[in-house]
Amino acid sequence: MAIQVLIPTPLRKFTNNQETVTASAGTVATLISELETQFPGINRSLLDDKGELRRFVNVYVNEEDIRFLDRENTVLNDGDAVSIVPAIAGGSAIN
Amino acid sequence: MAKALGLKCRECGEEYPVSPVHVCDLCFGPLEVQLNWEEITPRVSRDKIAAGPPSMWRYHDLLPVEGPPTVGKNVGWTPLVKAERLGHELGLTNLYIKNDAVNHPTLSFKDRVVACALTKAREFGYDTVACASTGNLANSVAAHAAEGGFTAYVFIPSDLEQGKVLGTLIYGANVLSVSGNYDEVNRLCAEAGGKYGWAFVNINLRPFYGDGSKSFGYEIAEQLGWRAPDHVVVPCAGGSLISKIYKGLNEFDKLGFLEGGVPTKMYAAQAKGCSPITTAIKTSAEVFRPQKPNTIAKSIAIGNPADGYLAMDTVRRSGGWADDCTEEEVLDGIRLLGRTEGIFTETAGGVTVSVTKRLAEQGRFKKDDVVVIAITGNGLKTQEVVVGQLGQTVAIQPNLASLDAALGTEKLLAAALG
Repeated sequence: MAIQVLIPTPLRKFTNNQETVTASAGTVATLISELETQFPGINRSLLDDKGELRRFVNVYVNEEDIRFLDRENTVLNDGDAVSIVPAIAGGSAIN
Repeated sequence: MAKALGLKCRECGEEYPVSPVHVCDLCFGPLEVQLNWEEITPRVSRDKIAAGPPSMWRYHDLLPVEGPPTVGKNVGWTPLVKAERLGHELGLTNLYIKNDAVNHPTLSFKDRVVACALTKAREFGYDTVACASTGNLANSVAAHAAEGGFTAYVFIPSDLEQGKVLGTLIYGANVLSVSGNYDEVNRLCAEAGGKYGWAFVNINLRPFYGDGSKSFGYEIAEQLGWRAPDHVVVPCAGGSLISKIYKGLNEFDKLGFLEGGVPTKMYAAQAKGCSPITTAIKTSAEVFRPQKPNTIAKSIAIGNPADGYLAMDTVRRSGGWADDCTEEEVLDGIRLLGRTEGIFTETAGGVTVSVTKRLAEQGRFKKDDVVVIAITGNGLKTQEVVVGQLGQTVAIQPNLASLDAALGTEKLLAAALG
C-alpha cells in the first residue's frame, strides 16, 4: 500500500499526464518533497519562495482540507488518498 | 480586433491566450480577462449605453464576449429602489436597494454571470455546461442551458432548499445531489474539471463568468445618474461579486462616465455561521481561515471562498469594513425588508440587511450618504426558513359579522409583525 495522489490538470505535464500517482507514507510536507524528486519542476507550482504552500493551493487528505487537520504536518498513512486542487478562483480587482 | 486580449495571472502576471482556463499553470493563481481598452474606449459613451437595451447587454462593449449575447438576452437592468421606509428605520436618508431578487429569468444576480458565461461557452464551441452551486447558480445555469439548447450538469449539496432543487429540475437539467457541503461539491467539481469536456461556468469559465457581475456595479452607477454611491453592502459567499461591483465602478470612472469619481466604500456581509471573509477583515488577518459552514443562509454558506482574498483586498482598498450577523438576525433582516419595502428576499438578503443595520449603528455612514444594499436573491426560493416565523393568518367566515369580530378581537398580522 502507498499514498494515492490525485494530480490536477495543470500539473499533469510533470507526471506524463498521469491523473494519479503513488507516494510513500509520511506527512504532507514529505509528500511534496517526494513529488519533486519523482517529477522535477512540480514544486514550483505548489510552493512559494519561502518553501510554503502557495495560498491558492488546496490539499485534501481523504477529502478533508489539511487546514482543518495539521496542515503540512498532517500525517499520511498507507492507503490514504491525497488530492491537490487549485482554489476555484478567478476574477480581478481594479487595475 | 477582439475585445478580450487574453488572460493574465493576478499572482505572477503570466499571460495566456483567451481560452477556457482559470488558473495559472505556474503558480495556481487566478486568471483574469484583459480587455483591450484601446479598442473599447473610443466606441463606448454614456449616450450609447443609455440608448441600449434594458438589460445587462447595454454594457456589451465592456463584457468579455466577442459576439452578441446568445443566451440571457433579457438579464439585468433590475430596479434600484429608493428605500425611504427602511432608510427611516436605519437613520439614512439616501438608502437604496439594488433589487436582483427580480432578475430575469431566475430571480437572482447569478443570471448575470451565467448569461455571460454561456454566451462565452458557445463562442468556445461547448455543447455541455456545468456548475457547482448553492442553489441560485444551479437555477440559472439550468434555465439558460434550456434557453440555449445546452446539456447541463448541475452539482448541488444534498441538503439544499426544495425551492432551489425544483427550480433546477424544472428546466430539464441533470442534477447531481452530492452528500456533502458546498465546499465538498466544489472540490469534486474541480477534480472532475476537464475530465468530461464540459464548460464548468464557475471553474474553467470562471474569468468570463465573474465579469458578468460587473454589470451590477455599472447599473447602480447609471441608475444613480452616473454617480458612484458612497457605500455598498454586499453579501459574500465565494467573494467574487463584491470585487466585481467595485471593478465595474472603477471601469466607469476610467472611462470618464462618473461625476465625482469613486468614493465608494465596499462592505462585506456574512452570517456568523459562515464568516471566513468578514472574520479575516475584522481581525486584520492576512490569511482567511476556512470554516465548516453552519447557517440557514445556505446560498452564501461557502467556508473556503475561492475569491476570499480578492474580497478582502476590495474591502480594504476601498476603505470599507465587514460584519456578520446571527441566525436570528438573518430572519429579522428578511422581515424588516419585507415590512418596510415590500421586498421578499432570501436568507442572503436577510444577512445583508441586518449587517447594514449593524454598520449603521456603528456610525459608519453619515445620515445623507448614498448607501446601496445589494439584494441578490428572492425569498420565494427559501420559504422554509420563515415558516413559523411570521404572523398567523386570521380565519373568518364569509360574512361581515365574522369580519367585525375578528377585527375587534384577534391580534392581527400587522400587529404581530410590528
